[in-house]
Amino acid sequence: MFMRKALLSATCVVFGTGIAFAADNPELGEELTAAQVAAVDFTIMPDGDGLPEGSGTAVAGREVYNQHCLACHGENGAGGVNDVLAGGHGSLTGPRPQKTVGSYWPYATTVFDYIRRAMPFQTPDSLSNDETYAVTAYVLFVNDIIAEDADMNADTLPQVKMPNRDNFVWGYMPK
Amino acid sequence: MSTEKSDVAAGNGLLGRRIFLKAGVAGGATLLTAQAAGVEREQWMKFPGGPMSENGAPSAYEAHVKRIGVASQPGTTGTGVSRTPLQHLNGLITPSRLHFERHHSGIPDIDPDAHRLVIHGMVDRPLSFSLEALARYPMVSRIQFLECSGNSGGSIAPEPAQVSVGNMHGLVAASEWGGVPLSVLLEEAGVKRGAKWIIADGADAAIMSRSVPLDKIMDDAIVALYQNGERLRPGNGYPMRLFLPGWEGNACVKWLRTIKVMSEPAMTKDETSKYSDLNEEGIAQLFTFPMGVKSLITSPSHGLSLGPAGIYQLSGIAWSGSGKIKRVEVSADGGSSWADAALDEHVLPKCLTRFRSAWNWDGGPAVIMSRATDEAGNVQPTRTAVLNGRANGAFYHYNGIQAWAVSDAGEVSNVYA
Repeated sequence: MFMRKALLSATCVVFGTGIAFAADNPELGEELTAAQVAAVDFTIMPDGDGLPEGSGTAVAGREVYNQHCLACHGENGAGGVNDVLAGGHGSLTGPRPQKTVGSYWPYATTVFDYIRRAMPFQTPDSLSNDETYAVTAYVLFVNDIIAEDADMNADTLPQVKMPNRDNFVWGYMPK
Repeated sequence: MSTEKSDVAAGNGLLGRRIFLKAGVAGGATLLTAQAAGVEREQWMKFPGGPMSENGAPSAYEAHVKRIGVASQPGTTGTGVSRTPLQHLNGLITPSRLHFERHHSGIPDIDPDAHRLVIHGMVDRPLSFSLEALARYPMVSRIQFLECSGNSGGSIAPEPAQVSVGNMHGLVAASEWGGVPLSVLLEEAGVKRGAKWIIADGADAAIMSRSVPLDKIMDDAIVALYQNGERLRPGNGYPMRLFLPGWEGNACVKWLRTIKVMSEPAMTKDETSKYSDLNEEGIAQLFTFPMGVKSLITSPSHGLSLGPAGIYQLSGIAWSGSGKIKRVEVSADGGSSWADAALDEHVLPKCLTRFRSAWNWDGGPAVIMSRATDEAGNVQPTRTAVLNGRANGAFYHYNGIQAWAVSDAGEVSNVYA
C-alpha cells in the first residue's frame, strides 16, 4: 500500500493538480478483469482500434438499410425525417452546406461506431457486427466512396479515406 | 426618483450604478399605507393556510414559468431540447426543474445501485466505482454555468426571429454542481505515460460519447453527483455526469458510464459531424471547447413590454468559459454610447453573473444591448464579427451581442444592430 501511495503521489506531481488525494482517497475502485472491461468498451478509434470481428458489403448492407434505416434516412441515404446521409459533395462552401457522411465526416470508423452505439434509433443493440459492417459499407457506397462489393471489416474500414478528411483543424491541442 | 444630470451614465437615459451599489437603498420609504380607521384582512388571511408538502412546487400563479421550446426529433419524445425560460428568472442560480435539456436518445431510467463508472484504457488498473463508493470520496462543489454550444444558434438567421430570450438563448443555466474530482479517480487508476485524452461514454440508448483532453480532466473536471444540493435530476444525468467547467455542454457527458484513457481522440459522431465549426473556406474546426464571453439583457426582452415612460431596470446575465466576468456595459442608444452595469455580489468564475442597470426611458424608440468582458480580456463580439468568415448555417458557439428594440408603445422586439 505504501508503494502504491508513493506511485500515486508521483502521478499527482506529473499532472500538477494540487489535489491532496493521497490522504483522503478511500481507494474504493474495484479492479476489473480484461473481460469485464471489454464488456463495456464501445470505443472505436480512427486507426481501427476497437473494431470487432465481422464483415459486410454494401450489397448485404442495402437489405439491412432498407429494413432498418430507410424510414428515417430515405432511399439511398437521401434523407427523410432525419439526417441526410449521402450527397452534398462540394456544398460546404456554398449557400447551403450539406454535411453528410460523404461530404463532411472525416473518418469512416465513426460511421461504424455511431451505428453500433445508437442505431437503429428505436432498437439499438439489434444489429449483428456483420450487419453493422454491411450497413456501414452501404452508407459509404451510396456516397461513392467504396465499391458495392468492397468488404468492410476491422482491417479495411480504417483504410477508407473520407473525401473531406483533410479539411479539419483542431481548436484545442492537449497540453 | 429624480434623475439629476449627475446620474446620467450614457445616452438615452442610462443611469449610473450608484443605486445598485448601495445596500438597502430600497428599504424603509416604501413601507406604506396609512391605515384606515378599521383594520382589514385580505381573503387569504381569514383562515389557516395550506398544508406542508413533501415536494415543494412553485406558486400556482407562476405556472407559466416552465421550460420552453420543448422539441423532439420526429417520431421521438426525448430526443431534442427544452430551454430555460430566462425571461422569467432573476439571479444566477437556475432552478433545477427549469434547467435546459439536450438529449440524444431520451432520458434513461437508471437504477443507481446497478450503475457503475468504469475507468479503463491507458491506466495501470482498470477500476469500477459504485455510486455508494463515490459518496465516500472527497467532494467539491462549485456554482458554474452549463451551456450547449448550439445555444443562440437561431441568431444566425438572416432576419431576427421574434421569440423570447429563453427561446433564443435558453440553452444555458447555472447550478451548484457537486461531485468528485475526476483527477482523484484517474490517479487511483494510475494514468500511463503518453495518455492525452479520455473518451467519455454515457449510459443512454445512444451511448453518447465525447473525447476530452486529459489536461482539462486533471485541471477541474468532476464526476457530478449533485445539482443545487440534491442528486442530479434524470434529465441532467442521474446518477452521475461529467462536468467540465466553462466547456461546451455536449462534452459534459450525462449518465456517465465509462472513461477510457487514450493517447488520441476517438473522433466520435458528435465531435466530428455535429459539434464542429465550418468556415466559409470549407475548413472545419474540431474541439472548440471553451464557451465564449457572452451576455444578454433578459429584462426587458421580447414579449416583456414596458408600461409608461419612466425608470426601468435593465437586467441580464453574463458569463464566460474563460473565467470571471469583469465588466458588463449596457447601451440604450443602439451602441452609440455605453455605461457600466452593476454586477450582483456573486461574480464567480465560469458562472452566470447577474447585471443590472437603471434606465430612464423617455417613451421613445430605443435599442438596448449589453456587452460583456471577462477577466482574460475577451470582449463579447458583435453579431457581424461572430459571423465573419463562418460557413452558411454554422451556428455553434454563437456569442454575439443581442439587441432589443423598444417601440414607443413599449413593445420589445429582437433586432440585429
